[in-house]
Amino acid sequence: MNKVVSNADEAVKDIMDGAVLMLGGFGLCGIPENCISALVRKGVKELTCISNNAGVDDFGIGLMLQKKQVKKMISSYVGENAEFERQLLSGELQVELIPQGTLATRCLAAGYGMPAIYTPAGAGTEVAEGKEIRNFNGKEYLLEYAFEAEFAIVKAWKGDADGNLIYKETARNFNPLMAMAGKITIAEVEELVRPGELDPGCIHTPGIYIHRIFQGVNYEKRIEQRTVRKSNESYKTKESK
Amino acid sequence: MSLTKEQIAQRIAAELKDGYYVNLGIGIPTLVANYIPAGITVVLQSENGLLGMGPFPFEGDEDPDLINAGKQTITTIPGSAFFDSAMSFGMIRAGKVDLTVLGAMEVSENGDIANWKIPGKMVKGMGGAMDLVASAKNIIVAMMHTNPKGESKLLPQCTLPLTGVRCVKKIVSDLAVLDSTENGFRLLERAPGISVEEIRSRTAGKLIVEGEIPEMKFE
Repeated sequence: MNKVVSNADEAVKDIMDGAVLMLGGFGLCGIPENCISALVRKGVKELTCISNNAGVDDFGIGLMLQKKQVKKMISSYVGENAEFERQLLSGELQVELIPQGTLATRCLAAGYGMPAIYTPAGAGTEVAEGKEIRNFNGKEYLLEYAFEAEFAIVKAWKGDADGNLIYKETARNFNPLMAMAGKITIAEVEELVRPGELDPGCIHTPGIYIHRIFQGVNYEKRIEQRTVRKSNESYKTKESK
Repeated sequence: MSLTKEQIAQRIAAELKDGYYVNLGIGIPTLVANYIPAGITVVLQSENGLLGMGPFPFEGDEDPDLINAGKQTITTIPGSAFFDSAMSFGMIRAGKVDLTVLGAMEVSENGDIANWKIPGKMVKGMGGAMDLVASAKNIIVAMMHTNPKGESKLLPQCTLPLTGVRCVKKIVSDLAVLDSTENGFRLLERAPGISVEEIRSRTAGKLIVEGEIPEMKFE
């Protein structure tokens, strides 16, 4: 079994105008940097992107927005991208803002073969408009459908040629869910290893979900909000029992 | 004197109980982490996939793969765990998180909250807020009592798009601690030096005042 392709350009070569894509990451953390650059180079347009955020103006999905490649975004928060907000308010860009938990769980539903899920998030708000509502144990839940995405593009820390993936720290976020949900899943990894080098008990995404994998290069791993504490600042930490 | 943001956070931290799992929203709520009372253990949940959020790193130790829900670099504490976004919201939805603290633009008498959208002006998205307010066992809102124009943010009904309905339990503002009840905002405590009348004059919603209202205590 060899799912390895040479690079991002190879990995995205059959993504066409109008495609529905899932892109992993939370903010700029765990985003598939190489594939995003490849999509920008490819110039593919009219995309629908399912991704929790839209990057910043000059990094991440923001690069695709700058080149007007995105027709529709499905996200939960787009606060750090002025170009996004501008395109949204002007009507150039269709946007569906959905609760973050709903976004995650609709990916999970797709990956778990469930056509729909019920969640209370958004009940009583504009998010509930037009949706089926059902009462369970006295509480209102919205019916939400599994996403259907032609391609899921995820970023992992380590992966092997069979597509098994391991994620690092909070760069995990939506990646495992989208990996399971895509009709075709493309994975870029910081370290590509041979099958057998990863402990089977530590795999986060089994290779069955991955169609193409490649060794990523030149990760910038930009930090959106670099925040530090001073060495003399007191901080009450958890006391161990 | 009305409270500073730090003091609001400090008063909210007094509500923490030993062994609590807590989600702190962006803004004033993140400051609550600085005031966890000595002698109790609290585990902070970051909705992007971490239990056991620690303090900000020292300069030079920032890890781009380790951020909180506000996209800030953080550290972890011993006993922490990473997980994906579905598990993160799953544990919220299934009631495993004991307390949620978040900010608000408006709260209504019966506990509605609006904190995500100003139509035509600010449409950044709701993030995890709707999930949190729909499922949290215990919600405390940290907010300024009035907006920069001096208008009350505690209203009979919210005018802004809602984040959740009938979900707010307790509010700590720069003027007061209040409970949200069926019949209105029940005043529980006053900020030091702030009178009941001043609170009443800055609360557009119905204010229930029964008995002597004590001042907030700070250790």
